[in-house]
Amino acid sequence: MKTMFRALFSAFFQVVAKELQGAFRHGSDILNPVWFFIIVVTLFPLGIGTDPALLERIAPGIIWVAALLAALLSFERLFKDDFIDGSLEQLMLSPFPLAWLVSAKVFAHWLLTGLPLLLVSPLLATFLSLDIDTYIALFLTLLIGTPILSLFGAIGVALTVGLRKGGILLSLIMLPLSIPILIFSTMAIDAASYGQSYIGLLALLGAMLITAIILAPFAIAASLRVSVS
Amino acid sequence: MLHCKMLTVVREDRILFKDLSFTIKPGEIVQIEGPNGVGKTSLFRLLIGLSTAYSGDIFWQGSSIDKDREFFYQQLLYLGHKTGIKPELTPLENLQFFQTLHAAKQDIDLWFVLAQVGLAGYEDVTTAQLSAGQQRRVALARLWINKCPLWVLDEPFTAIDKSGIAVLEGLFVKHAEKGGIVLLTTHQDMTLDSSLLRKIELGGAAADEDYV
Repeated sequence: MKTMFRALFSAFFQVVAKELQGAFRHGSDILNPVWFFIIVVTLFPLGIGTDPALLERIAPGIIWVAALLAALLSFERLFKDDFIDGSLEQLMLSPFPLAWLVSAKVFAHWLLTGLPLLLVSPLLATFLSLDIDTYIALFLTLLIGTPILSLFGAIGVALTVGLRKGGILLSLIMLPLSIPILIFSTMAIDAASYGQSYIGLLALLGAMLITAIILAPFAIAASLRVSVS
Repeated sequence: MLHCKMLTVVREDRILFKDLSFTIKPGEIVQIEGPNGVGKTSLFRLLIGLSTAYSGDIFWQGSSIDKDREFFYQQLLYLGHKTGIKPELTPLENLQFFQTLHAAKQDIDLWFVLAQVGLAGYEDVTTAQLSAGQQRRVALARLWINKCPLWVLDEPFTAIDKSGIAVLEGLFVKHAEKGGIVLLTTHQDMTLDSSLLRKIELGGAAADEDYV
């Protein structure tokens, strides 16, 4: 029993390590979604003027929509390369449960795309003249929300990986699914900017994250089996 | 023992094969034969459970492969057209990854295995920089490190030179002697003794004529 658990976890970490290693060898690839995120957010003050009150009002929406689009950009890579070179097949033929292995891949994907967004968020908060309480709320919603985006997105990617032009279809599947996350996140940040308590909204997001962590891997695995067959 | 019962596959309104039944016993090397497009790869993909678009039953050691996937995959090594080798990793890293995710010998010296497939000195180069044949060899190195009794190899000799093929054939014979099964397709001539090799022919005239 103990060795089985050890094997399971070592498989998980190997998948994560391999993803990170591959991404770092690709170099610039990993930073592209972050650049995109930063550029989109900077365009808004340039486009609509630098009135701090206005920016502060619309900042949560801007940052969250930019985060969504940045996530969308990065999804293609999640299974596409593996599908093309056949390692996805090999992953599916592994004795380990596929749902477990794809969770590792999604986790690695979040480390490469979600985490950098969190890291640059202080910079963007300054651009959009957010005060510290609002920023903390933004940070917390991004922390809970981006893993949900990764998990939802992975389902969409798994469904479209076998298609030649899956990109647009992926956005059509993925964007409507992310509406609840967007609503609750921006509500929480709004509440924070008025000095109200937003813990309930965070709890809702947390519940969504836990549900996604438990159920999404099975949906991803099942979708992959359909796509690859 | 791999047992297939009444397999029928229809693709794009065309019958690839109909009511195909065969049994492969431990110690057999089986070559699936037939012209291009006859359904060899399709047959392999359903034998290994990647494709479920068929009617019929496939049993491995007496139990249906859909029922007990994890058990089946502990005993299966599959090598397809797409090798599953990551171009951005080195050959050594690729093999280490295979070792953790599949039923493989843990105590084997990977440097020695890479030398066996003629890749000594290339351990630290990323696989993308190797030639097509060398990349295939990285994938074939899995044959040395796995513990699986069932090998399903789709065109294993692609891009491999003559001496490489001889080494592989020797390995197949050894695997069969130990009670393993080798199931392969190839369009190259094999030098194996015909008493060791069993052939299953796919696609006769009948299959060509049948439309649904």
